[in-house]
Amino acid sequence: MASFKKLSGLKKKVTGMTDTSLLLTITVLVFFAMYLGAVLFLGEGFLKPQTFFNMLNQNAALLIVSCGMTLVMITGGIDISVGGVVALVSMCCAINLDCHGGNIFQAILISLVIGLLFGIVQGYLVAYLEIQPFIVTLAGMFFARGMTTIVCEKEFGKVIQFNVENEAFVKIKDTRINMPEFLGTVSKRGVFIPAYIELGVIVAILIVLILFCVLRWTKTGRKFYAVGGNNQSALMLGVNVKRTKFTAHVICGLLAGVGGFVYFLHIGSGSPTHAAGMEMNAIASSIIGGTMLSGGIGSIIGALFGVLSLSTIKDIVSSMGFDENWWTGITVAAMLCLFLIIQSIVMARKSSAGSKIE
Amino acid sequence: MTKIFKRQIFIPIAAMLALLLFNLIIDPSFFHISLTTNNAGDPVLSGNLISILNNGSELAILALGMTLVTAASGGQDISVGATIAIAGSVVLKIVCGANEVSVGIVLVAFLVACLVSMAFGAFNGALVSIFKIQPMVATLILFTAGRSIAAWINNNAQINISDPKFTYIAEFFPGLPIPTPFLITILCFIIMALFMKFTNIGLYSQAVGINENSSKLNGINPVFIKFLTFVILGLCVAVCGLIKVSRSRGITYSSIAENIEMDAILAVALGGNALGGGKFNMTASVIGAYVIQILTTTLYKYNISSAALSAYKAIVVIVLVVISAPTVRRKAKAVTDKIKANFARKEVA
Repeated sequence: MASFKKLSGLKKKVTGMTDTSLLLTITVLVFFAMYLGAVLFLGEGFLKPQTFFNMLNQNAALLIVSCGMTLVMITGGIDISVGGVVALVSMCCAINLDCHGGNIFQAILISLVIGLLFGIVQGYLVAYLEIQPFIVTLAGMFFARGMTTIVCEKEFGKVIQFNVENEAFVKIKDTRINMPEFLGTVSKRGVFIPAYIELGVIVAILIVLILFCVLRWTKTGRKFYAVGGNNQSALMLGVNVKRTKFTAHVICGLLAGVGGFVYFLHIGSGSPTHAAGMEMNAIASSIIGGTMLSGGIGSIIGALFGVLSLSTIKDIVSSMGFDENWWTGITVAAMLCLFLIIQSIVMARKSSAGSKIE
Repeated sequence: MTKIFKRQIFIPIAAMLALLLFNLIIDPSFFHISLTTNNAGDPVLSGNLISILNNGSELAILALGMTLVTAASGGQDISVGATIAIAGSVVLKIVCGANEVSVGIVLVAFLVACLVSMAFGAFNGALVSIFKIQPMVATLILFTAGRSIAAWINNNAQINISDPKFTYIAEFFPGLPIPTPFLITILCFIIMALFMKFTNIGLYSQAVGINENSSKLNGINPVFIKFLTFVILGLCVAVCGLIKVSRSRGITYSSIAENIEMDAILAVALGGNALGGGKFNMTASVIGAYVIQILTTTLYKYNISSAALSAYKAIVVIVLVVISAPTVRRKAKAVTDKIKANFARKEVA
């Protein structure tokens, strides 16, 4: 009898799951299934812990940017300027460090200010002037990309990619944080290679944790969900809808600035073509992570798993021998398509369930 | 007088006149048109205005389809640039597969490209209409994958076509001094106008865009209408693809028709069409497209590189959307009303 009760309780748990946790569960399951499949069928490389850590190292900036994107998407908006902002930030930091003898703190300040400015302007246009977020941030993206080129041309007279050779910066760039010993591997020559992560990963994980707590347990965090779920009822509940949307865009801009710095820290150079398509990857990660475009549903942990799933599938595709670069684009798009259709089915199921109650 | 200001077509025409006036003041030679002979010895027209008409063609053709999609679905298709790459890739694969370039083979290639890009349009349309995904996000899929698919079709081969017959499409037919793309644009415009006149698709897509549910209650099938607009856009994209590959005599998968989606959306917005769907004016969109081309040509004249161009365009977009935002208009109206009331009071006093 007791076991029966437990069973029915479990069933209730699955069917009564909120949409956020249902979509998140799907994502997490897909990620583990994919990784397990990769370990089983492709073996070797995927068994090394460093493969996993490299995924984090390469995608720390994307993770930070995706967190901001998720936040905006929860309020029902979208921000496609993030890739441009990342490129602009890394270009400005690179020029400051390389040509004007700046130091790291100046660079950090520059990236935060650029991110904030983009966030504030776009947030104002979206929230207070009620212009479609897509148009505003599309213009923001083109502005940022164009400015990146203009800044570069002003400094060097032509569009180039250059590496930063500022000593203090290179030292920080090459800082590696070694993981506990059991995660390391021994190379063929018998040399122990410790697993490591870069500084950017720490920043990314801190941001994920902070945002997770804010979204889950604070009043401000719940407001984002309320606004995204239903504008009108949020307004009636006394939520300042405009200010909440504004805040979301400002945080997203700020995170794009931070992401830009982390990207710069990883790549150590400036170029107008940097972070091309990052906005699309960030949106894809958020969607794969179970964030609904219509707003109100989504989670930061989902964004984390979205980024991980995206990079896993890229790794799988390249290690399966499809190393022509077009396969990555096609698989990412296919995955995005799959998750969008899952979302659409979930929504349809939800609305049909709603009509049954009526 | 106020009637003219309220007409939708007033916005793009005013923008166009402003740009032309700017050029007239700064440098009157902007309007210089001359009749010269090209390398083949045929008479051709040349000059800034002709190059605007020539280079703005793709955008104008895209604006036709994009207006319809915007009206019906309340969103825009951001995959057009990527789909142009696919269509161009298909055209080149067939043309290069043949031994020599002939009218027949180009026609076959064009028809196949039409079918392919209509199929991709149908894919977008199905996602938007059946699965009810926001248009911009649904088309994000092809935006990500499109250029990869284009490269895949031709195995990433660098293709160059030097046959002059193929370049007629984007340059001049022997004996005709008017650039061919402009003629194609006029043809597309006439076909679209006839299509709008003899079918109800224009009215229906407006109805769907304004209120999907009430149009459904009136017996219109919103799913089919939305689907159809995306397929029509696919057709426009195929025409653009043909012109683009002919213009560049080959294809660069990563950069062909780059950022054209932004320009197409901008053209629709400049035309004064509501980006949230509903009423539309196709002529205004086409004029909007040429305004963008004038802006581009003007900026090029001042040695602004194509990559930096986007920053200036973005500023124009922001200014435009801010001016046309309902909230701003309401506030502006409140301010003007207040001023008028003050004047009236003073007069009474």
